Amino acid sequence: MLTNETIQQQLTDKFGDQLSDWQEPYGMLTFTGAKEINLKVLQYLFDDETLKFRFLTDLQAVHYPNNKGAELAVVYHLHNLADNVRIRFKVFTDISQPDVFSASALYQAANWMERETYDFFGVNFVGHPNLIRVLNVDEMDYFPMRKEFPLEDQTRIDKDDEMFGRG
Amino acid sequence: MSRPVQFNNTVKFEGIPEGYMGEGYMATNFEKVVSMARKNSIWPLPFATSCCGIEFMATMASHYDLARFGSERVGFSPRQCDLLMVMGTIAKKMGPVLKQVYLQMAEPRWVIAVGACASSGGIFDTYSVLQGIDQVIPVDVYVPGCPPRPEAILDGFMKIQDLVNAEGLRRRHSDQYKDLLAGYGIQ
Repeated sequence: MLTNETIQQQLTDKFGDQLSDWQEPYGMLTFTGAKEINLKVLQYLFDDETLKFRFLTDLQAVHYPNNKGAELAVVYHLHNLADNVRIRFKVFTDISQPDVFSASALYQAANWMERETYDFFGVNFVGHPNLIRVLNVDEMDYFPMRKEFPLEDQTRIDKDDEMFGRG
Repeated sequence: MSRPVQFNNTVKFEGIPEGYMGEGYMATNFEKVVSMARKNSIWPLPFATSCCGIEFMATMASHYDLARFGSERVGFSPRQCDLLMVMGTIAKKMGPVLKQVYLQMAEPRWVIAVGACASSGGIFDTYSVLQGIDQVIPVDVYVPGCPPRPEAILDGFMKIQDLVNAEGLRRRHSDQYKDLLAGYGIQ
């Protein structure tokens, strides 16, 4: 019976205190790791015969502008299909040097998900076969989902500021 | 024994343009005849992207029938169509594609922007949505609504018919039209 405690025990036996911030929001085990070992953790979770986390559900990023030095969090959601257990693995990186190792060699699904994360947050995935913009226009030079980017399209000149609460 | 028609029996007929009639011939204004023929046989190209496309499907269906205006045949190739009906949200990535479709249409061609998103970007004032298709192609009629009711789409279509009727045969060769296209970067 694969429980959160077993997973946490196995991971701390293997990686020790390189993994931290163990939480269980809504029953889903969540932990943080250093960005240098992200592929090692993913590979271990994939290969181990009791853990068997072989399905990457989601790969996304979150921008925390107040966390200086660790602004961008890359989040992996993994799923064990045999035992129906999900975990979340977070990796933090600096916004001025947002390099994270790419998981596309391990999971095929990570290919486009990393392209989308690059497109919207600017995370540079090292080792990705084709890291270009996927959902936005190719000529775009900013990263839309970062917090400093404004919500509305800046080419509009006819929007009345007072009606939109900005006047 | 067929049942007599009980409803819709005041059908509007399209009048013959005034002219001089004789035994087996009629002399009239060529422009009037051509305009009448054009306006009653518009072949639309439904460029349906999102929710307005569903309203268009309702317009094409039997209850709101677009076919009674002459658009029985909708074409999906721009080379065979007169009217480009852009229905739905057009993203910035889709803009060049839309322009390419417009360029492939032969003169005379008209464009109708159905819905708020095609007219001005609608509620999606974001980095990814084109704020109105008139940023890439010249538009003749805008139909507001989110989505517009089929009656509103039909009203827009009828306005296109009025434009077709009033256009004349020389407009597409005029300098003003060429300047309009040059404003969009179209030769």
